[in-house]
Amino acid sequence: MKKTDIFDVIIIGAGVVGSCIARFLSRYKLNIALVEKEAEVGFGTSKANSGVIHAGFHDRPGTLKANLCVTGNSMFDKLCEELNVPFKRCGALVVALENKELKILEKLKAQGEKNKVPGLKIIRDDDLFQIEPNLTRRVKAALYSPTVGVVSPYELTMALAENAKQNGVRILLDTEVKDVTFQDNGAKVVKTQKGVLFAKYLVNAAGLFADEIARMTGDNGFTIVPRKGEEYILDKKRKELVKHVIFPIPQRQTKGVLIIPTVDGNIMIGPTSQVIDDKFDLNTTGKGLQMILEKVRKIVPAINDRDIIASFAGLRASSEGGDFIIQPSAKIRGFINIAGIDSPGLTAAPAIAMMVAEILKGEGLKLVQKDSYQPSYRWIKFRELSPEQKEELIKKDKRYGNVVCRCENVTEGEIVDAIKRGARTLDGIKFRTRAGMGRCQGGFCTPRIMRIMMNELNIPLEKITKRGRKSNILWGKTK
Amino acid sequence: MREIKADVAIIGAGPAGLAAALSAEREGAGEVLVLDRGEELGGILPQCIHNGFGLHRFKEDLTGPEYAQRFIDEVKTKRKIDVKLKTIVLEINQNKEVLATNSEEGIFKIRANSLVLAMGCREKTREMLHIPGSRPAGIFTAGLAQQWVNLEGYLPGREVVILGSGDVGLIMARRLTLEGAEVKAVVEIMPYPGGLTRNVVQCLQDFDIPLLLEHTITFIHGKDRLEAVSVAKVNSKKEPIPGTEKIIPCDTLLLSVGLIPENELSSLAGIEIDPSTGGPVVDERMQTSVEGIFACGNVVQINDLVDYVSQQGEVAGKNAALYALGKLEQPKGVINLKKGRNIRSLVPQIISAQGKVSFFIRVKNPEQKVKLVLGKSIFQQKNPIVKPNQMITWEVPFEDLRLNDDVKELEVSIRKL
Ligand SMILES: Cc1cc2nc3c(=O)[nH]c(=O)nc-3n(C[C@H](O)[C@H](O)[C@H](O)COP(=O)(O)OP(=O)(O)OC[C@H]3O[C@@H](n4cnc5c(N)ncnc54)[C@H](O)[C@@H]3O)c2cc1C
Ligand SMILES: Cc1cc2nc3c(=O)[nH]c(=O)nc-3n(C[C@H](O)[C@H](O)[C@H](O)COP(=O)(O)OP(=O)(O)OC[C@H]3O[C@@H](n4cnc5c(N)ncnc54)[C@H](O)[C@@H]3O)c2cc1C
Repeated sequence: MKKTDIFDVIIIGAGVVGSCIARFLSRYKLNIALVEKEAEVGFGTSKANSGVIHAGFHDRPGTLKANLCVTGNSMFDKLCEELNVPFKRCGALVVALENKELKILEKLKAQGEKNKVPGLKIIRDDDLFQIEPNLTRRVKAALYSPTVGVVSPYELTMALAENAKQNGVRILLDTEVKDVTFQDNGAKVVKTQKGVLFAKYLVNAAGLFADEIARMTGDNGFTIVPRKGEEYILDKKRKELVKHVIFPIPQRQTKGVLIIPTVDGNIMIGPTSQVIDDKFDLNTTGKGLQMILEKVRKIVPAINDRDIIASFAGLRASSEGGDFIIQPSAKIRGFINIAGIDSPGLTAAPAIAMMVAEILKGEGLKLVQKDSYQPSYRWIKFRELSPEQKEELIKKDKRYGNVVCRCENVTEGEIVDAIKRGARTLDGIKFRTRAGMGRCQGGFCTPRIMRIMMNELNIPLEKITKRGRKSNILWGKTK
Repeated sequence: MREIKADVAIIGAGPAGLAAALSAEREGAGEVLVLDRGEELGGILPQCIHNGFGLHRFKEDLTGPEYAQRFIDEVKTKRKIDVKLKTIVLEINQNKEVLATNSEEGIFKIRANSLVLAMGCREKTREMLHIPGSRPAGIFTAGLAQQWVNLEGYLPGREVVILGSGDVGLIMARRLTLEGAEVKAVVEIMPYPGGLTRNVVQCLQDFDIPLLLEHTITFIHGKDRLEAVSVAKVNSKKEPIPGTEKIIPCDTLLLSVGLIPENELSSLAGIEIDPSTGGPVVDERMQTSVEGIFACGNVVQINDLVDYVSQQGEVAGKNAALYALGKLEQPKGVINLKKGRNIRSLVPQIISAQGKVSFFIRVKNPEQKVKLVLGKSIFQQKNPIVKPNQMITWEVPFEDLRLNDDVKELEVSIRKL
């Protein structure tokens, strides 16, 4: 990193929000840097959530959440098509188990209609069990929402950042912002553990740490409260359990525990919602699992904990007021805070990016389209090819014939592609290819993947990490 | 798509698949094709460099690679046995067609007269036990750690706790100690060890490694790399007892908590699976519920000795060859076997009651001074001691028993003497 780097815009945080902004701004003639403390993009909250593209009926009319969720949702077909990311509008059902809850369904529907959510309707009895046969017969009625979808949140974040990079954005990984100061000429000085960067405009999209970044500038206007959510993933052999995202009647703070048919063909159950004080606490708990199982079994009794193949926890970066905070700093021109982006932040991200571009323009940034902008991002998706196409490809490159991950059928060719796209850690490969995400959880493929990484990246095996920093897999050579 | 034809196609080249290939060839099968996704023959055996293999079969104490080599050498002399390594079987459809791929040939189809499933097993993961806590680097299944140490020459870590006292875990406790790591404890939830007694003595006691029976791991600590585990004593319901928790600092956790027969392909082929073994329901010829598909070894049930695996492989290979040649008569009457008192699993589950039948049996609970009983007491055998961690083999000479033709079901049970 050269000391003299001056960027038009620096974005702190390569989550889905920061990556969306970077990609959106990469259509303009701007010199942009996306700065991320983790070893890969998306390794904050954006890789650990429900992956649901919400419709927007949960949020109070007039809030940023309601508006940006509905707009964001409508942008997903085009966005995912451009980025080659799987997205499915599977629809959702909010189910009422008691007669007295029917009123709440009506209220949600009215609220959604106010927010301009299309297609909401109430379904009852037989029609319901026809489309979701595994629902308990105790369900009285459900609010059906056709625009709810599922996406792979980490694939999306990675593709956004990779496409931004293709369009000229500098991505600085393993680079933690330690301090932000200002010069008299308005330049922002961003100090990282690797050196100093200068920017004319600075965007704070640091998720859980957005309050700490703001505080570096003397802005104590908001505090981020981490709210943990645990999620559990079931074996693909249970993928027929539900076809729609199943919501319970929402609680005060949360949308409740969901049953989600993920875009990759697993069923996922969760999340919990627990306010904690440690921004690094990603522990799953026995209590969380029990609570989730109890709740989802009340709606789909066939769910069995023996089918769980993976679990994780994510931290929502909630604001104290409850709504998103997206605004220029009152004190410093050209500094924009994006904070409190908890759910539906994934859904809203593309709309947030547009809004941020508008704010930047208001702050004086010139947005001039560049001709070379390429919104379409493509790489080989072996899994989705026809048998004939696969055969063609293997003829050209033998590595596509070598299956490395036996549970998800990922080939050596795809692992090499992931490394070429930027994967540098084992989890980086996992989240790009699904290698190691199946029922054996990497038992078979880990050594094979690490050998490919060793050759492609030219690093010794003991230097390979799970997710950066000190997460090395191996200690060293045997005696 | 390219098609290959064979008399008998065998999926998996571990001891089960190799024994099946040799016996199919001996029985006169024309073309025997063996497929394995690994880089060498022998299945899991090349990484089992300790001894204890072949005591029954060869009356010799061999290492895993030595045991495998005896079969590999013989396979290499057989012109009619064709081996394809680094070849993964993707699918077996309901018409017994096999879809496979490798980097040299791409995706191809195999049409065989009969199939032998010998895919072995995989290890249970942390996720199946729902251990709470974080997800750092440094958590390995024991077999994966064995592969790192024995095949790749890398040490996973320096301070190790092992959960589960299955054989792989016990053997790795010794192996890692010899490589200079400190094994701080082997933690087992049951009141008795999961692996063979000889392994408890030779791998733990000889190295003063503590075995914590009736204990389990209740929490995993560590952000990037594992930092510690919480261990607690359990009550009779296997629930952690509050107040008994202690923290053991470590950088590595090995899981030896059980093996699962690898039957995703079998399910695609529509084969019936026995929930108590996790493998296909088979008859005494090792034929599955789909005519012409046979199975053997750890894909059928988890065996503790490779000798049994080879034995089943031979039975499966022979009958697969007979079937391919059109010489295998399907039995007229069949008898379903039921699991009686203190029986956890039983293979074969179906018999035609001709000739001698070898049963492989696991019990639920340890017991002393008992007998194995067939039916009310058509046939029985004394047994001084039975344990869940030791598979019982039992030969029943049906030709001598003269069962009535109308017998449709028989129970096998363990009774007090
Ligand atoms: C359990 C759970 C379920 C959810 N489900 C949904 C859902 O179904 N639908 C939906 O729309 N939303 C959902 N959400 C919300 C959604 O995940 C978030 O709104 C979204 O991921 C926020 O993205 P982000 O980019 O703001 O944050 P992040 O992804 O956390 O990105 C912030 C980045 O900033 C980096 N950073 C922080 N500090 C620094 C620093 N000092 N220097 C450099 N980099 C720094 C971090 O490492 C991180 O990568 C869920 C959230 C959780 C926790
Ligand atoms: C650590 C350890 C210690 C042991 N110690 C002893 C001992 O002391 N004495 C003893 O007698 N026994 C011992 N055993 C047990 C013995 O090794 C096993 O019972 C035996 O290897 C099982 O043989 P198998 O052929 O059924 O399975 P495996 O050896 O697992 O072979 C199965 C093969 O099938 C292949 N395969 C699976 N699916 C596919 C597919 N879709 N396409 C292509 N190929 C596929 C696999 O790659 C593998 O090569 C030990 C085992 C272990 C792991």
